[in-house]
Amino acid sequence: MTDARGPKAHERSPADGTPPAAGEPHGGEARTGEAQTAGRTAAGAKAPVRGSSGPAGLARLGEARHLGLVLALVLLAAIGLVTRPENFATASNLVSILSLAATIGVITVGMTFVIIGGGIDLSVGAIMALASVWATTLATQSYGPFVMILCAVLVGTGAGLVNGFLISYGRMVPFIATLAMLVAARGLAQRMSDRKTQLIQQGNEVIVELSTTRVLGLPLLVYVFALVVAAGWVVLNRTTFGRRTYAVGGNPEAARLAGIDVRRHTMLLYALSGLCCGIAAVLIMARTTTGSSTHGDLYELDAIAAVIIGGTLLTGGRGSIIGSILGLLIFTLITNLFILNGLNTSDQLIAKGLIIIVAVLLQRRSLESRT
Amino acid sequence: MSAEPPLLLMRGIVKQFPGVRALDGVDLEVRRGEVHCLLGQNGAGKSTLIKILSGAHQPDEGVIALGGEEVRLTGPTAAIRLGISTIYQELDLVDGLSVAENVFLGHERARLGFVRQGEANRATRDLLTRLGHPEIRPSTEVGRLSPAAKQVVSMARALSHDTRLIIMDEPSAALAHDEVANLFRIVRELTSRGVAVVYISHRLEEIREIGDRVTVLKDGRTAAVGLPAKSTPTSEIVSLMTGRTVEYVFPPRRPRPATGSEVLRVTGLTVPGVVEDVSFTIGAGEIVGLAGLVGSGRSEIIEAVYGARRASGEVVLEGRPMGRGRTAGRGGTAAAVRLGMGLAPEERKAQALLLDQSVAHNITLAGLGRYSRFGWLDRRRESAEARELVETLDIRPGDPDRPIKTLSGGNQQKAVLARWLVGERRLLLLDEPTRGVDVGARAELYAVIRRLADEGIGVLLVSSEVPEVLGLADRVLVVREGRIIHRADAQDLDEHRVLDMIMEGSAL
Repeated sequence: MTDARGPKAHERSPADGTPPAAGEPHGGEARTGEAQTAGRTAAGAKAPVRGSSGPAGLARLGEARHLGLVLALVLLAAIGLVTRPENFATASNLVSILSLAATIGVITVGMTFVIIGGGIDLSVGAIMALASVWATTLATQSYGPFVMILCAVLVGTGAGLVNGFLISYGRMVPFIATLAMLVAARGLAQRMSDRKTQLIQQGNEVIVELSTTRVLGLPLLVYVFALVVAAGWVVLNRTTFGRRTYAVGGNPEAARLAGIDVRRHTMLLYALSGLCCGIAAVLIMARTTTGSSTHGDLYELDAIAAVIIGGTLLTGGRGSIIGSILGLLIFTLITNLFILNGLNTSDQLIAKGLIIIVAVLLQRRSLESRT
Repeated sequence: MSAEPPLLLMRGIVKQFPGVRALDGVDLEVRRGEVHCLLGQNGAGKSTLIKILSGAHQPDEGVIALGGEEVRLTGPTAAIRLGISTIYQELDLVDGLSVAENVFLGHERARLGFVRQGEANRATRDLLTRLGHPEIRPSTEVGRLSPAAKQVVSMARALSHDTRLIIMDEPSAALAHDEVANLFRIVRELTSRGVAVVYISHRLEEIREIGDRVTVLKDGRTAAVGLPAKSTPTSEIVSLMTGRTVEYVFPPRRPRPATGSEVLRVTGLTVPGVVEDVSFTIGAGEIVGLAGLVGSGRSEIIEAVYGARRASGEVVLEGRPMGRGRTAGRGGTAAAVRLGMGLAPEERKAQALLLDQSVAHNITLAGLGRYSRFGWLDRRRESAEARELVETLDIRPGDPDRPIKTLSGGNQQKAVLARWLVGERRLLLLDEPTRGVDVGARAELYAVIRRLADEGIGVLLVSSEVPEVLGLADRVLVVREGRIIHRADAQDLDEHRVLDMIMEGSAL
């Protein structure tokens, strides 16, 4: 009937084009916090600081607030260069880092959505295992590689939908619903595979080519990973779905009263996470040439840790894809450094634990200094 | 005054909040063993005074003396140690713990860190017996008790400290009629032992029955001290509360066209136990005010109309029924928004704002569909429209990219209104739109609301402040205990009369 703003809305020309602030504003202080830690490092670490704070384009993409994480990555890379100059900077090592990161990376994208939306998904590793097993049963394999891929994706999405349904319409706590899914999905995967590792049969090697075929020196699965990250970033930052995800996680009651169907949205978030698990299942099948009920053990913890290190609030409403990916790369790089230097894996776990604590402490300090 | 110093003496208490002088020289004197009633309209300063007494706020000026000795209530613990206990409207009990555990929460009966549960249970039983409720078992989980029983537990907790003064903030609001009688019995039992009670209620009949003396607050000042509760005429009390010295500037009403179209028709709206058979209509361009106390069902009416609360009855928006029987069906708030309703809820921070986000993102939240195609956001258009609304409503500072939490309450509220100016609105539901907003910003909000109505939107306004309802609304519905007890044009009502109705329901 009436447009409340009256005709004035059309008189004024579209604004001056100043972009609105990106969703999460807390990166600045985190940067100074981590800059202090990194201040002791080699001078080489400082170069990229100047580089990335310079162009306004980068800052507009929201990269600037992740400077602390980038610095940490650079620091780790510097350690690698110093301790293992002959092994670290080789092409094969970088490829193996990225291939390793790709599988969990895809899962991390979905996890970021779920956590920003105020939830948590503990079942990601198990769903991925189930999808990999389901897609590599002899029955599925008989239909060829593309059906296998479709199967993995559908199984992942379906399991995610079940999670989402239980949480939004069954009013279960996300922790509990996805914990149940974790246990049950792994059980189902064991049952389907009879606890045996299922090899990808001859004729279906197209899937394996994702990890063997290289374009510009990088295996295809790294491109899949990059594609998922890009798609996740776009959805989170450029669509109504992404905007509503922040709203649902930040203040569900306000979102509901603003007319957002919070339940449906929550369900879709878990379905999205499941979809990512399905894609990750394809990647792990490509990398290992198998489907197995033991795939993805404890992936949920790595994914959650990456998201937290990346600055996403576990309580929801705030966070970013880029942060999560940087957090994941930090984790992967640590693993790599420990392996290259022949160090104990136990120490590696300790180092990772410390990193989570330090990252969260720095973030909290930046939060407090802002309020 | 007696030779014995009063139990509590407050003199010249001043409390300043950013932009608001909540208390501007309040005096209060409470004697041992009396029930001292505190009266005042919303915003008069009652809550602030209670918070100062319970140690939650520190006064900027003024003296507090307990038993003739000056004291400083530096925090809740200090207040409790000095014998002041507060029972809040929303009881602060832990549902998952037992009665006894709740009573001794924070000062458990323990030895070497081990809770002596038997002793706590015994002590709790004694307290409950003293309060006339030996039937409440100390081992029962509090979550399973009725609201009335929970209140008894709250009082037992207050008594478990060495309490000299108990503050009760609208204790009867959550109680059924016969439970109120029980509450009064307990209050009398307490006062007979020399404990003083500061009793806050809007219901004059209760004050008559239980109170000894009355102190009236108005605009952060004491309007009257120590009036006899039983004999002071109602008219005198009401006139002490009314006629605020702060003058609000209301925009002029426009003469309504006689045949304005109908925006909303509500028939037989019922929320069990809260709202009873409420029917009314709102015309295009009309502001309808709901006057009533907290707990009268006015917020529930708004929520039910909006589809945010289950209710039976019929809600028709511009001829389209919003779901029969259960108005809050599966469509819920999403359907309400799609069909052109908007809600500015009572609790701005908890129910309306995304505090971490920018002003612009808060404004566009409900209208994202307008700037998107297949879910893809046109951020340029979004930003342009947000900027324009910031200018139209004069939201300050005028930077749409600022985090909304850095704005003042009035400007945050304007942003909430701006949210509903995106896209076409037919009906705005405003629940306490000026709560926590300073005087200057109020006038601006009033002007905005009136302008929206003039553009043809129907407005349903809820406010605890009677002058606001009378000044802004065209028509007024007086709500009491879930029913509409009176309807009239705002011009035919005065503050005195409305206040009289919502407090006693007598003037009909």
